[in-house]
Amino acid sequence: MTIALTFALMDAPFENSRTVTMFRVIEAALEAGHDVNVFAYEGAVALPFAKQAPHANAVHGRDAATENHPLPRAWIESLLALAAARGRRLDWVNCGLCVDERGVAEAIAGVRRGTPADFWKMSLESRNTLTAGTR
Amino acid sequence: MKTLQVLETAYRATVEEQDDTIVWLTHAMQGAGGEFGLLLTGNAVCYAVQGQRAPALKLGAWTQSHAADLGADVAALAAKGVPVHAIEEDLEERGLLDARLLEALTIVPRARLPQLFDEYPRIWKW
Repeated sequence: MTIALTFALMDAPFENSRTVTMFRVIEAALEAGHDVNVFAYEGAVALPFAKQAPHANAVHGRDAATENHPLPRAWIESLLALAAARGRRLDWVNCGLCVDERGVAEAIAGVRRGTPADFWKMSLESRNTLTAGTR
Repeated sequence: MKTLQVLETAYRATVEEQDDTIVWLTHAMQGAGGEFGLLLTGNAVCYAVQGQRAPALKLGAWTQSHAADLGADVAALAAKGVPVHAIEEDLEERGLLDARLLEALTIVPRARLPQLFDEYPRIWKW
């Protein structure tokens, strides 16, 4: 039987290492054969924002291509691809009101809009839920 | 399934959101059929103080219509049947044990937290 796990993220992109840690845990869960639900709340709804763009870095002395600046939307795309390759489900739900507040409706493919009711439902269907609130 | 929301971070984004984001989330999920308790810890114990009110923000010609009313928001949760707890030592450290606290508040000594946690199959820390 496939075990589903739910994760709630809150931090905005480029702000906190908790986000990277959670992404690594999500990757490990997918690799271990679990279905994963993500509820992105508040600033975390900008993680899959499609208009995130890489840039050059003069301090590092690298152009944009060489710098290959990390973008959370690319990480999510990669995790979605990993889930598909493993035959697992990664259901990423963005809190719709939080999206509207921030004007980040243009999300990458594979991300859907939802409400706290979706979070509650996903948690009920999961073996466990891990929350990472903004501090 | 009963879930205990453990809230420590307080007064974060309360001006922009006109509420506390986790108290709001708890209201929303309770409305969706969830069953919750709320444990206030650290600075969040201040949310149990009744009668507090932030003034509406004014920036130039822009004036906020509705400032956050955190005491009322927590009281509204209690009125919906959500048990609200606060850690006694955190209230004491902040000189709040004699303040006008939420009537329905349960004050829990830190040593009794294991028993409180036992009442909830799920605990979410924010």
